Amino acid sequence: MIGKLVLHLVLLLLFAPLLPGIITKTKAIFGGRIGAPVLQLYYDLARLWRKGFVFSRTTTWVFLTGPVVGLVVPLLASLLIPFGALQAPVSFEGDLILFVYLFGLARFFTASAALDTGSSFEGMGAVREVTFSCLAEPTVLFALLVLARISDGLSLNTLFGSHLLAAWRSPAGASLGLILVCLFVVMLVENSRIPFDDPNTHLELTMVHEVMVLDHSGPALGMILYGASLKMMVLGALLVRLALPWQTGWWALDALIFLAGLAGIAVLIGVVESFMARLRLPRIPQMLIGTSLLSIFALVLVLR
Amino acid sequence: MMEFTNLLLLTVILINFFTLGSSRLVACIRIVALQGALLALLPLLTHGLSFHSILLSAGAFCFKGILIPWLLLRAVREVRIRREVEPIIGFVPTLILGALTTAGAFLFADFLPLVAEHHDGLYVPVALATMFAGFLLLITRRKAITQVLGYLMLENGIFIIGVLLSEALPLMVEGGVLLDLLVGVFVMGIVLNQINREFSSLDTERLSALKE
Repeated sequence: MIGKLVLHLVLLLLFAPLLPGIITKTKAIFGGRIGAPVLQLYYDLARLWRKGFVFSRTTTWVFLTGPVVGLVVPLLASLLIPFGALQAPVSFEGDLILFVYLFGLARFFTASAALDTGSSFEGMGAVREVTFSCLAEPTVLFALLVLARISDGLSLNTLFGSHLLAAWRSPAGASLGLILVCLFVVMLVENSRIPFDDPNTHLELTMVHEVMVLDHSGPALGMILYGASLKMMVLGALLVRLALPWQTGWWALDALIFLAGLAGIAVLIGVVESFMARLRLPRIPQMLIGTSLLSIFALVLVLR
Repeated sequence: MMEFTNLLLLTVILINFFTLGSSRLVACIRIVALQGALLALLPLLTHGLSFHSILLSAGAFCFKGILIPWLLLRAVREVRIRREVEPIIGFVPTLILGALTTAGAFLFADFLPLVAEHHDGLYVPVALATMFAGFLLLITRRKAITQVLGYLMLENGIFIIGVLLSEALPLMVEGGVLLDLLVGVFVMGIVLNQINREFSSLDTERLSALKE
């Protein structure tokens, strides 16, 4: 039990900052550049950690809770989900609701921290972020409902259990394919990746997530960056398990499959980012409603 | 084989949703071409390799995947249509309507008196859903060319049902349907050209206000 917990956390904490590195590298290769080293985020985190905090005088303690909760929540959420074939350390009936709303909690505190700066600019970012994520939420819930229906369980461990391989071969495979697409879109939205939001842009009118963290500096910014990469890994874990439901029984090999799957997803995100331009802001809710409808439709398919 | 067919039919549904929600005309034409090309694989997957199914596949691929989209893209270029789709009702309502009709198609297909072997597959519901999506596209878009696109999608839906029956259906009928479609698109292209020359706009809304 303890061993499993340690393995889970080590995998998460060590591997997560590699994902943004892989994405940037893929984009650089597509752009014909050499690009930053794959380990860039590790260097950034080390550099930011050595710096000091700078706080505006208008901020209160709420300002610091944003980054802290943003770092803790993905850690807690990761304990609830299986990493590939590795079982989740903590599991109980109905933990899928907790999983979804843990991220809601993180969002609440990030948005509050942004509002706490008193800048109308950050408020705008908070508004956009909250709008988009409340539209993304039904998609996740319906996707998890589809899985719950297929597996007849209500904990994430059963949802992503070993029956998935058989489920892909059954008629339910069609719905699994649909929710795979939906969850990929949600992952792009939640991690503010390109068709929805560009993590590298600093143009006032188009920023969504970035604008909320503009005022954070030093270790707080480091926590935000680290938290974001952890979040990407946790959400990616769902996709990897859905797409690669094989399990060998040896934990080392299972972990390797899982990490390879995650790296594959990072490459896929990089490819998507290289090929697509950003969507216009009014188009984003439309797209998210589209994915919600798709996941509802997937539910109709399995209920049939 | 069954999984692959299901995946294919699922992609067809995804493409339906994409066309209903997309605002780019050229992207719509390309994706409907892709839908046609994917559907051309269907006879091979369902009936295996035989002269009949190969001919059907090749014909469908050439017409739906290459020739008709090429004609449409050419029309877009020649007539210099603005590259955006103009919906009469918004994209989100169309998407929701599309989802409702798709769900309806799945529910309705269960009540149809089908042969036992057609009952479980996705063929009939997907065919109905594609036809409804085609109808929606026909109804809710202003541009004449998107209406051609809706017609094309409607035909794609009919083609899926046709595949189920293709053992019984003579090749002549399929060929006839494909030719009909081609002629339809040709005529539409000529009509588009004429409308464009006379009115400098392809908005079909304005046609309904014509007076003597």
